[in-house]
Amino acid sequence: MNLPELGPLWLSLQLAAAATAVLLVLGTPLAWWLSGTRSRLKPVIEAVTALPLVLPPTVLGFYLLLLMSPRSWLGGLWVEVTDTTLTFSFTGLLIASVVYSLPFMVQPLQAAFESLGRGPLEAAAALRASPLDAFLTVAAPLSLRGFLTAAVLTFAHTIGEFGVVLMVGGNIPGKTRVISIAIYEHVETLRYAEAHTLAAGLLLFAFVVLVFVYVFNRRLPVHVA
Amino acid sequence: MSPEPDAMGMAGSTGSGSVASPASPPPEARLEVDVQVAFDGFDLQVEQAIPAAGVTAVFGPSGSGKTTLLRSLLGFETRSSGRIALNGDVWLDSEAGVAVPPHRRPIGCTFQDGRLFPHLDVEGNLRYADRRSTPAPGVAAPITRGDVVDALDLEPLLDRRPSTLSGGERQRAALGRALLSRPRLLLLDEPLSALDRRRKAEIMPYLLALHPRFGIPTLYVSHAVDEVALLADRVLVLADGRVQAFGGTVEVLEQLDLAPLTERFQAAAVLEARVSAHDDEYRLTWLDLDGQRLSVPRIEHLAVGESARLLVRSRDVSLATERPSPTSIRNVLSGVLVSLQQDESTAFAEATVDLGSHRLRARITRASAAELDLTVGSPVFALLKSVSLDTRAGR
Repeated sequence: MNLPELGPLWLSLQLAAAATAVLLVLGTPLAWWLSGTRSRLKPVIEAVTALPLVLPPTVLGFYLLLLMSPRSWLGGLWVEVTDTTLTFSFTGLLIASVVYSLPFMVQPLQAAFESLGRGPLEAAAALRASPLDAFLTVAAPLSLRGFLTAAVLTFAHTIGEFGVVLMVGGNIPGKTRVISIAIYEHVETLRYAEAHTLAAGLLLFAFVVLVFVYVFNRRLPVHVA
Repeated sequence: MSPEPDAMGMAGSTGSGSVASPASPPPEARLEVDVQVAFDGFDLQVEQAIPAAGVTAVFGPSGSGKTTLLRSLLGFETRSSGRIALNGDVWLDSEAGVAVPPHRRPIGCTFQDGRLFPHLDVEGNLRYADRRSTPAPGVAAPITRGDVVDALDLEPLLDRRPSTLSGGERQRAALGRALLSRPRLLLLDEPLSALDRRRKAEIMPYLLALHPRFGIPTLYVSHAVDEVALLADRVLVLADGRVQAFGGTVEVLEQLDLAPLTERFQAAAVLEARVSAHDDEYRLTWLDLDGQRLSVPRIEHLAVGESARLLVRSRDVSLATERPSPTSIRNVLSGVLVSLQQDESTAFAEATVDLGSHRLRARITRASAAELDLTVGSPVFALLKSVSLDTRAGR
C-alpha cells in the first residue's frame, strides 16, 4: 500500500485550528450581540450569518475569489501591504474558511447565550459587575457547552471544506492542498489506495470528534438556573 | 369603596411608641421616585418620596406594577422615564439625559427565584458580591462576610451548589449575597412567594432580623398582607400602576379597603397590644389591647410591658351581637360596628369593627349579617379564631 503524503492532513489541521481560533474571537461578540439585541437589523445580520449554510460552496468561493483577487480593493490592498496575493495563499484560505464556517460558530453560541435568559446577567449587574465582567464571569462559564459545540463544529466543518478551498486556494502542495483536495486529486489520478487511506482517516476523525463531543457534553454540568 | 369617615379618632391609633418608626432620617435621606413606564397597554406612574430608612413594603396584587417599579429602580427597565434619586444621588433623570447603568446603582437585590449563580457554590456566590462591592460612604463598620454568614446561618451551605439547596436555603444565600454587595438600598422581590408555608415560617425570622441588624433601607415587594404586616414599617400600595396609598403599616392596612387589592381571604387588620402577663401553666401570654384582654400562645421573647404586633385576618373573625356563652374561642373583643359592606355578587359581607384605637375587619356571610340584624353604630362582639404574631423582638 502506498502511503499518501501527510502534508495535506497537516495543512488541514492548521487551517481548521486557525479558523476556529479566529472565529472564537470574532463569532463570540457577534453571537452575544445577536442574543441580546432588539435592533431591527437583527434578522438581516442573522440572515447574512446563515448564508454560508445554504449557498453552494462554489458560489461563496467565486465571490471570495473576486474579492481577494489583486484587482479588487481588498486583494489590491493586500498586495500593496504584504507584497503577496491573497488568492492561492494560506491567509486567503483562512479568510475563506472563516466566512464559510461562520454559522457553525455563531449559531450554537447564540443559542447558548439566549438560553441563559436575562436572570443571571441581571443578578450580576445588581452585584456591580460591568457588562464585560458579567459576560466573562457569568455568561461564558454558563455557556461552556455552547462553546464546546461551536468550536468542534467549526473545526470539523473547516476540515471538510472543499468547494470554497478549491475556488480560492487551488491545489498548491504545501500551501493550499488540504486533505479534501488531496483526496479528490488521488481519485482523479486513479490512485484509489491513497484516496482510501485519507478518506478513511477523515471518516474516523469525524467519528472520534463527534463521540468526544457527546461524551464531554454529558459530563459538563448542566446549569439549571 | 372608600374607608368610612373617621368617626372614632383614627389619629390616636399609632400612638404606641413601639411602632418601628426608625429615628426619622435626615431630610435628604430618601428615595425620590417619579417614574413613568408604558408598554403593551400597561402604564405605571409612580410619584412618591420614600424615606430611606426602615422597611417599606411595596404592596399590591399581581399585575399592579410592583415588579416594573422594581426594575425601574434597578435600571433594568429601559422604557422608564422620569426621575429616581437616592439621598440626592440621581440614578435616572430623563430630562437631563441621565440614566445610571444598573451595575453603578448601589442597590442590593434578591429576586423571586433567587438567581444564585449555578456554576458557583454558595461561598463563590458570596465572594462574587464581596469582591465587587465597596463600602457605602460614611459607614463606620462595613458589612463583613462573617456578619452575613452568621446572620443567615450560611456556614453549612457554603460549599453547596445552588441546585442542591431548598427554596428557603436559596433565598437565604441570595439575601447574604445581596447584603455583601454592601448596598445603600435593599430590594427584596417577593422572597417568600416561591416557598410553601413551612419554608416561609423558616425564613421569616431571618427577614425580621435583617433590618435591625444591618440597618439598610429596604423595599420589600409583596402581595401577601401577612408578610407586609409583620415586616414593614410603612406601605406603598400599588394597583393598576398607580399609588393607591402610602403611609405607616398600621394606618394603611387599617384604613384602606384592601379587599379589591388582596387575594381572596387575605384582608386583615394589624393590632398593637401590650404584654400584660405570661401564664406558665397553660403556656399563654396575656395581652392588653386598649383595656381588653387577649391570650395567645406564649411569646417567649417579649417581656411584660413590651408591645406585640398582631395580624388578624378578616376570615378569622366572627361577629356576635351578645357576648357568647363559653366557647373554645378564647379571644372575644367588644366594639362598635362602623361599616358593613355587602358584596351583592357574592355570599359575603365585610364588617369593620371599631375597638377604640384599632379597627378589625370581619368577613361574614350576608345571610348571617341579616340574621343578626347588624346595624352600623351598634355594639358587637368580635370572636377571633386565630391571630398571627409578629415575632420581632423589641418592637
